[in-house]
Amino acid sequence: MLIRNETYCTFGQNLAMSIKEIQEEIIDEFSMFEDWMQRYEYMIELGKSLPMIEPQYKTDDNIIKGCQSKVWVHAELEGDKLVFTADSDAIITKGIIAILVRAFSNHTPMEIIEADTDFIDEIGLKEHLSATRANGLVSMIKQLKLYAVAYQTQLN
Amino acid sequence: MIQTVLDIVAIRKDFPILNRKVNGKPLVYLDNAATSQTPQQVIDAIVDYYSNYNANIHRGVHTLSQEATDAYEQARIKVQKHFNAEKAHEIILTAGTTHGINIVANGFAAILQPGDEIMVSALEHHSNIVPWQMLCERTGAILKVIPMNLEGELVMAEFHKLLSDRTKLVFCNHVSNALGTVNPIEEIIDSAHKKGAAVLIDGAQAAPHIKADVQQLDVDFYVVSGHKMCGPTGVGMLYGKEAWLQKLPPYQGGGEMIAEVTFEKTTYADLPHKFEAGTPNICGGIAFGAALDYMNAIGFPAIAAYEDELLQYATEKLLAIEGLKIYGTAKEKTAVVSFNIEGIHPYDIGSILDKLGVAVRTGHHCAQPIMEFFKIPGTVRASFSFYNTKEEVDVLVAAVEKARAMLL
Ligand SMILES: Cc1ncc(COP(=O)(O)O)c(C=O)c1O
Repeated sequence: MLIRNETYCTFGQNLAMSIKEIQEEIIDEFSMFEDWMQRYEYMIELGKSLPMIEPQYKTDDNIIKGCQSKVWVHAELEGDKLVFTADSDAIITKGIIAILVRAFSNHTPMEIIEADTDFIDEIGLKEHLSATRANGLVSMIKQLKLYAVAYQTQLN
Repeated sequence: MIQTVLDIVAIRKDFPILNRKVNGKPLVYLDNAATSQTPQQVIDAIVDYYSNYNANIHRGVHTLSQEATDAYEQARIKVQKHFNAEKAHEIILTAGTTHGINIVANGFAAILQPGDEIMVSALEHHSNIVPWQMLCERTGAILKVIPMNLEGELVMAEFHKLLSDRTKLVFCNHVSNALGTVNPIEEIIDSAHKKGAAVLIDGAQAAPHIKADVQQLDVDFYVVSGHKMCGPTGVGMLYGKEAWLQKLPPYQGGGEMIAEVTFEKTTYADLPHKFEAGTPNICGGIAFGAALDYMNAIGFPAIAAYEDELLQYATEKLLAIEGLKIYGTAKEKTAVVSFNIEGIHPYDIGSILDKLGVAVRTGHHCAQPIMEFFKIPGTVRASFSFYNTKEEVDVLVAAVEKARAMLL
């Protein structure tokens, strides 16, 4: 059974939710899966629905190092909120980044800087990834946080 | 088709790891080109060494040291016999292929002049490209590349055109790790020799399948890794013709490689010790010998014939999957299938296969120039050994089909 969360698939449009609340929602969703297969299927679905990065941002500068597949991330301020768009040439990687984008996008840089990342461990993502992909995941989180720091400096 | 003469059931019993489960599924190990699995006979040799005669070699008067030295030198002779080298001291026991290549590259730094040319093939592993680039930077020599065609075969006409009196050294793998192509090394060696160039053949991928005869090949250098032929990691062979090994300067300084040391001057030890500085991988060397015994007892012709059967079977079954493309379709191939499915990243396929217990390699296989040639980020590579079965090929094929259904 594949559980599909409508809120999720419209990409966390519930803008009132805090990062913490979104993370809890993700943990809830993942707790419903019985095996890795369902998790993977879900991540693949997420990957397919990730808001695509604009082609002009798919540059080498925006590539995150440390992934076997390519990952591009772009960040832009909309009002006081930081919005992430991303893409990858591998679909499971795209699913992973989709989870991260959902958790962190549409929040202020300060909220992103201060956000916890324990939910990654709680959804058991790392243990289901190969070592290179788990490293890639760490690099992705670091990159999102770095963007937040950069924009926070600008806001100051 | 040649029928299997190997008793695969019995052979599989020799490999304890093949009983493992991965992610709850029986392990299907198809990453043999990266490293092979280890039979009990080799594990026993390792345990025996550490349980009974672990000692440093070539320097002790005591019994254990004698026994260890004898066993290590016996192993060298096994390697010599296996590759049919004329002399035991033409066998340098190294840490592996990469180490052997670096010994030769370093040695040629003392020989090459600016404007000299080194030739490498387009099918090389990174370990066979980087040392030559470094050597060219050091000496002013020029690197030339033998191109490949769409089948993954070397374009020999181009090789002959590139070959000249300036060519001093030609490097080529016997078998490509990314595609499995068996290269025409006899032709390369003969033609290079006619121009006075030396030839180093990287036998890392060939040695598990093909027994090379270095005298018959008349090759100047041949390198292999023990861990790809049922031996442990951290040991390998550099074969070099005696005259070449005498000519090349040592690579590393240290104990074991000296004859006499004063602060004014050190004279080097004779071959092979000149290239074996420091305490070697004694246990590894002995276990490498045991691995060769094991494989020879099964027999290389039978191994090659059976693996070819697996290759034909896997190729046929995989090609039946929609959108699947095989890279490397050379006429002469070892049991390697490098493939992609249209619209799917190889890494995604590899991740799902792993969950289904199937171990393959994904990525560029340390051969980025080949991936660039095909304009792909990488491939999924299934590489077979004599202990794999047709049933395992079926598991692979079903897993790939499942991955395709999930990912597309
Ligand atoms: C063709 C080839 N050359 C060299 C190497 C490097 O061998 P090692 O890492 O054992 O030194 C490999 C290993 O993958 C290989 O396939």
